[in-house]
Formats: sequence, C-alpha cells, structure tokens
Amino acid sequence: MAIKLPIYMDNHATTPVDPRVVEAMQPYFTEKFGNAASRNHEFGWVAEEAVENARGQIAKLINATPKEIIFTSGATESTNLAIKGAAEMYREKGNHIITQVTEHKATLDTCKRLEKYGYEVTYLPVQKDGRINLDELCKAITPKTILISIMYANNEIGVVQPIAEIGKIAKEKGVFFHVDAVQAVGKIPVDVQKDGIDLMSISGHKIYGPKGVGALYVRRKNPRVQLSAQIDGGGHERGMRSGTLNVTGIIGLGKACEICQNEMAAESEKLRKLRDRLTESIMSRLDETFINGSMEHRLPHNINISFAFVEGESLLMGINDIAVSSGSACTSATLEPSYVLKALGVGEDLAHTSIRFGIGRFNTPEEVDYVADRVVETVQRLRELSPLYEMAKEGVDVSKMTWQVSAEH
Amino acid sequence: MAYSDKVIEHYNNPRNVGSLDKKDPNVGTGLVGAPECGDVMKLQMKVNPDTRIIEEAKFKTFGCGSAIASSSLATEWVKGKTVEEALAIKNTDIVRELSLPPVKIHCSVLAEDAIKAALTDWKKKQGDAEAKSAEPATAASH
Repeated sequence: MAIKLPIYMDNHATTPVDPRVVEAMQPYFTEKFGNAASRNHEFGWVAEEAVENARGQIAKLINATPKEIIFTSGATESTNLAIKGAAEMYREKGNHIITQVTEHKATLDTCKRLEKYGYEVTYLPVQKDGRINLDELCKAITPKTILISIMYANNEIGVVQPIAEIGKIAKEKGVFFHVDAVQAVGKIPVDVQKDGIDLMSISGHKIYGPKGVGALYVRRKNPRVQLSAQIDGGGHERGMRSGTLNVTGIIGLGKACEICQNEMAAESEKLRKLRDRLTESIMSRLDETFINGSMEHRLPHNINISFAFVEGESLLMGINDIAVSSGSACTSATLEPSYVLKALGVGEDLAHTSIRFGIGRFNTPEEVDYVADRVVETVQRLRELSPLYEMAKEGVDVSKMTWQVSAEH
Repeated sequence: MAYSDKVIEHYNNPRNVGSLDKKDPNVGTGLVGAPECGDVMKLQMKVNPDTRIIEEAKFKTFGCGSAIASSSLATEWVKGKTVEEALAIKNTDIVRELSLPPVKIHCSVLAEDAIKAALTDWKKKQGDAEAKSAEPATAASH
C-alpha cells in the first residue's frame, strides 16, 4: 500500500474526526438544528433527545450515570470548572489543593490563579518513572485539603498514574478527587466507580471526536459533589454550566465515546503492537537513545524517546513529512525545554533531544516502518554533524564539561 | 516554525562538515554554546601563518536548523578571508543572509562567537609556537 505523506503521528495533540462521527453529526447542522433547551416544539425535542443520547454514551464509557455528565467547550474548561468550582464551593471547609508537577497547564495555571486568591497548592514531585509517590500524597493531605487533582495519563510521556489508589486515599480522607482524563478516556479502561473519581475532565478531539466540545463528570452520590458555576446565564447543565449546548459537538463526542467503547480493547492491542514495532525498529538501530517515563504504566499508543546529541527541532526539520512533536525549547516560544521531562529528572541536554510519538486509530504498519526509517536516517545524519556525538565517541564525558556560553575575551 | 529557503538549503546540504586536527598549530578550534541551552557549535579553521589567510574551515553543530545553517554559512564565509576579515563578520550579517527570525538571533550570535573563539585559539597557538622557537611574538597578542 502506498504511503500518503505527510504522516500524522501526533495523536496526543489532536486526532482526526472519525468518519462515523461526522456522519452522526451531519443532520444536526441543517435539518435537526434545534436548540436543546427549546421545550415547546419538535426542533427542540429532537435536539434534546440527541444530547441525552450522547450523555448516555459518555456515561456508559466511564461507568457513570447520564446525569453526572456536564457538557463544556473542552477539557480546559472542564478542568477550570472542576478546580475553581470546587475551590469556591468548599472554601469554608478548606483552602488547600494537591496536584503534581507534570499536569497539563490547564490544571497548573488554574491552581496558580487560585494561589493568588489565597488558596494553598501543593505540587507533588514525580519519580523517575513519571508517577507520583503515594506516601508523599498521604503526607501532603491536611484537614484543610479540599481537592486532589491528578491526571490519568500524561500527554507527553503517556505515563499512567496510580488513579485507583489515589481515589482510595482521597475517599478515606474525605477529599474530592479530580482527574484530567483527556489522554486516557477511550484509550484504556476508565471507571469512575472503581477508580474512586469524583470529577473528571474529558475532551472530544483526543478521541476522534470534534474540537470545541468536552465534558466534566461530576459525581452525584457517595459523595455528592457540588460546584460553583464559573459561567453564569440560563442555568443549563444543572446550573453548573450555562450556555446553549453545542448540539452537533455533543453528538460527535457521544458517538466518539460509543466507538471507543466498542473498539477500545482491540484497538489498544493494535496500537500497542504498532508502538512496540516503532520503538524496537528505532532503538535497535541507534545507540544512545532513551525512553522517557515508565514503560509498565503507559498508554499503549505513546512513546517518548530522547536521541542523545541530536537537538529535537533539527530532528523534526529532517523528518518534515512526519508530524510528531519535540520536547525541545526551540519548538515553543518559552525557550525552556519540556517541564514534564525536567520533572522526571531528565537532564536539560537530553530533554532538548526528545520526540513524542502518538500513534492513532488510522496509522498503519507501513507508516510506522516509514517513520522509523526516516527517524533513524535523520538521527544518523545529524549525529555526523554533532560535535557532542563526536566527543562522546572520543570518550569525553560531555555532561562533565564546562561550557562557555560566550567566547568573547 | 517556518524556515527561510536559505536555512533549509544549508540544513539539507551543510557545507564543510567535519573536523580538522586540533593539534595542528595552524588549526584554531572554537567550541561554544552548551548542551543544556540546546546549541553547541564547533568551528575549526586552518590558517596560513604567513599570509594569515584561512585556507580551510570545518564545523559540527548540535542545535536547531538555524544553528546548523548559521555555522555552515560561517565556514563558507571565512574561507579565503584573512584572520582580520573573518573577525569583522558580525552576527547581523548572518541574520540578514539567512533571514533569521528574532527567536533565532542567538544562533547567529553563537556563530560569531565560534569564529572569534577559533581565531583566538589559533592566535594563542601561534604565540606559543613562536615563544617556543624563541622568536619575538608578533601576532600573538590579543
């Protein structure tokens, strides 16, 4: 089969919408365009029925009840609503929140804002494998702690946190537990009952649904979680999130969840094989390559590799017919290499050389082989160009050298 | 990030990649940058001590495409120039030639630093060599 270029292998950033999802959404743009909140005519009822159907599809995938699903504009909004909404609602109980350092910015920046408003936030470190230490979590909990927010799986390194154990600890201590499950839902089994989750952020476009739609799971019993609304208006979504529902987006999210429900077991096995094939093909042909994060506790479709002595952006430039992303500073405006890799204790030199591969539903073995070949040949070419590789081969320990940043005398 | 055609061209066909014998008294070596910053450049030049003309230049660079292009261009430019002419190359010349965006200006600065470091090393070696042969040092001071 001929390979169509460029190849998309950045499925942690976003995913293409599954054609079956598009098909489900289609009629709701033109014929069935009603406002789901219109209670007195057919157009409204049809839209409402479709929204409720989607609510059921999402709930089923995560073992919740439909009433526990609140629709939002995406997971960033869900996370903002969960953390700020709980912080505001339970202010009298306490002002302490616990999270961890490799969270998505939606969580970290929300917590930072709350710090400005007088909340206290503990940012737990992660171990070398990318997971938090449960003893440290237990020690961090105080009588003032109202919320623990830990992601299910990391967006850069795919490392899965011990969610069920954290859920158990949270329950014992009477602290609410929010989970950013954007990268995990639809990819690995997520069960809000077994995992003891009280609040959970979900995104549409990471699971082959449309962009601009997400959901927040809000537990209704054992315990019942209440949130202060962050957007005021018509009182939609049990008063927690006002605004006319994005009916087409919601239908797309629902359908995407239904497909994941039916196909996840087989799909994750397929993706794991492709991921292992990619990893093996690259690592068997190159020396000085390192996997970042735990392999044992990891999403099946993720791999993150550091290619020592080759800077990430120049590597991406060499494989410009492949869409992946780099942990190097040069790819972003911040000039700092990936904070996730730094938190794992990966040196800044190696963090600059990392590439994240996110394999998706539509990738083929032929594409994986092509990507592996291109990566290997480009790394080899750039290492020929790399003074660091040359020095390492001569036996110089590059990490122990003193570097002069400017040569001016 | 969009690269200029010239950066892409240098990245795809880097000029003068390689190493010269760093023990050769006529070879100056400049190694600038740091791995933690994501850029390391090694620039080497072989200078004729009589004419002070740079006869050969080689580079190796760890860094983004703009860093590779800046150092590749630097080797092209210094070849055939005298030491003084090479020292007159400014990072802004490199920025202009490669159409580097503001976030990549540090790459051109590093290339200028590498030229200066290599020629400083060469001058030092010349001074040492001349000192050893007990001749008055003429070109060694800096």
